[in-house]
Amino acid sequence: MNVLEVQDLRKHYPIRAGLLRREVGRVRAVDGVSFHIARGETLALVGESGCGKTTVSRCILRALTPSSGAIRFTPGEGREVDLATLPKRQMRPLRRHIQMIFQDPYASLNPRMMVGDIITEPLKVNGVPAAERRERLMELLDLVQMPPAARSRFPHAFSGGQRQRIGIARALALHPQLVVADEPVSALDVSVQAQIINLLLDLQDRLGLSMLFVAHDLSVVRHVSDRVAVMYVGRIVEIAPTDALYRAPLHPYTEALLAAVPAPDPTRQQRREAARGEVADPANPPPGCAFHPRCPYAVERCRVDRPELTATESGRWVSCHRARELDLAGVG
Amino acid sequence: MRQTPMAERVALAVRDLAVQFGSEQGVVRALDGVSFDLHAGRTLGIVGESGCGKSVTARSILRLIERPGIISGGRLLLDPGTAEETDLAALNPDSRQMRAVRGGRIGLIFQEPMTSLSVHYTVGNQLVEAVRQHSTASAAEARARAIELLREVGIPRPETRVDAYPFELSGGLRQRVGIAMALAGDPDIVIADEPTTALDVTTQAQILTLLKRLQAQKNISLMLITHDMGVIAEMADEVAVMYLGRVVEFAPVRELFAAPRHPYTRALLRAVPSILATPRQRLSTIGGAVPHPGLRPTGCAFHPRCGERIGAVCMERIPAPVPPGQAGASCFLEEVVAA
Repeated sequence: MNVLEVQDLRKHYPIRAGLLRREVGRVRAVDGVSFHIARGETLALVGESGCGKTTVSRCILRALTPSSGAIRFTPGEGREVDLATLPKRQMRPLRRHIQMIFQDPYASLNPRMMVGDIITEPLKVNGVPAAERRERLMELLDLVQMPPAARSRFPHAFSGGQRQRIGIARALALHPQLVVADEPVSALDVSVQAQIINLLLDLQDRLGLSMLFVAHDLSVVRHVSDRVAVMYVGRIVEIAPTDALYRAPLHPYTEALLAAVPAPDPTRQQRREAARGEVADPANPPPGCAFHPRCPYAVERCRVDRPELTATESGRWVSCHRARELDLAGVG
Repeated sequence: MRQTPMAERVALAVRDLAVQFGSEQGVVRALDGVSFDLHAGRTLGIVGESGCGKSVTARSILRLIERPGIISGGRLLLDPGTAEETDLAALNPDSRQMRAVRGGRIGLIFQEPMTSLSVHYTVGNQLVEAVRQHSTASAAEARARAIELLREVGIPRPETRVDAYPFELSGGLRQRVGIAMALAGDPDIVIADEPTTALDVTTQAQILTLLKRLQAQKNISLMLITHDMGVIAEMADEVAVMYLGRVVEFAPVRELFAAPRHPYTRALLRAVPSILATPRQRLSTIGGAVPHPGLRPTGCAFHPRCGERIGAVCMERIPAPVPPGQAGASCFLEEVVAA
């Protein structure tokens, strides 16, 4: 069963100019994105800056109102709501079911609140009695491997990794149905990053978390996600189970992304045909396939005809005219 | 490993470099006896987590440490052992000689290219100024050189881009301009401080390829500072691993990855997420976090996090630094092996 189904999501921003502020163009930040997240599954949304991955996550949290499309969320048995069209007022009772883990553990915790209050604030807002809150706080600290004494200290007493644990404990306080994690380890040092990656893996196992993991680091994503959706200029170009995507990518952009990551192995001959040129401008995307100006396999059709995300025989999804005939290189 | 006839010439020798920052809470030793050699025409990778002192090392070499920071000891020898040997640590940071070194002999590439670029001037204005600062070129010659530099760093249509303002360029193009700025004085040493950390992965790949090509073409001695073991593996000939203001291991890159000698290097390599991971693969972790440089543990600074600690000796005594010019680790285990 799916906890989330996103269908044809769009978020466009008008570009206005002139005295009458007429719309002269549109930034298509998200331009027809569809995917689902099964209960207990972690889906990674990857891509380079400006690809729209953060806009997608902000639409799901309704920090942004989508231009069109559906975001069907199932908070419990038999209930389904479309977050895309829900009035803000009706969004409020649903917020407890969708929680967020932030990138910057320094900016996301209130420095004037004690750690115990930070973690239990969502419980308080939702009317959980004090005795129960204290009990839950101890559970949560244990869950994120923090000592009980941490509750009566302030955030500044903790390192980045510990703060990220506090942020995770707060996100899990209300047993959310879906966790949206936006670059949760990218601000951390390697040794601490590894601790948080392991913690997320533990929590997935123990709690059966459903998670949308927004990230740009393909190495981190390979460790933590069950499936991966690759975005390019506002659209998903490929979705596949993690291992399949890394071993045998079907979209040339996925291949280019994988080839570009420097592997921590000096004996490995680096393949360096990483995509030429630069990421296209979502205000003025190229006609046809948005990746064609950078794609080494582009043919005439790619310049005029926009490919749709379609299923392959093996049950994977890719948006490339030449997906069937190309034999692309993966990693390991 | 690449072997060139000139490989043993040392372009820059750092010896016992110590930098401290005074504050109301006391003195923080950011660097505590750093020594290494940068070989001519090679790439030295400097790797470590935040607070290890890698950027302070770069800034010290260029004499860009600002108060309350001071170089409290050590030498920074340019062209060591030659008649032209110069100790940069002994120069006045504002002297004519140091200004000639900074941007002339030694170019600097920053993580954020806007650090070295002004928003108020065109790319061309700034490149022309950088060229003229380190040569006697006329305005017209300098402009031609600026366009040439932009072409060298792979900027398309350099004749028109030379008149662009930095904000008109993408992040990747800005970093290329940053590299052109570093090359404007025709340096033989380039220090690149996290040059690709702020970039997307496909852009990072392009910039790394560019740095490799320029280094080979111009026979530049490149000091590459990064926290990314992947970038180190791809770019470096030799690697210095830093922890809390010291070099804890120095080794040729293949040796470092195949047989790391310091427990910190071993732990760090195991903790790096890999593009080659198996699904749901857990990582080895290093307990705790890097301490603040003001709260340096006694003895070996890594001992509270070290899984291979021998005992009291690690808590009480400071292991000998790695002798410059040699591969090795600053660790008591090393001494046990040697004995």
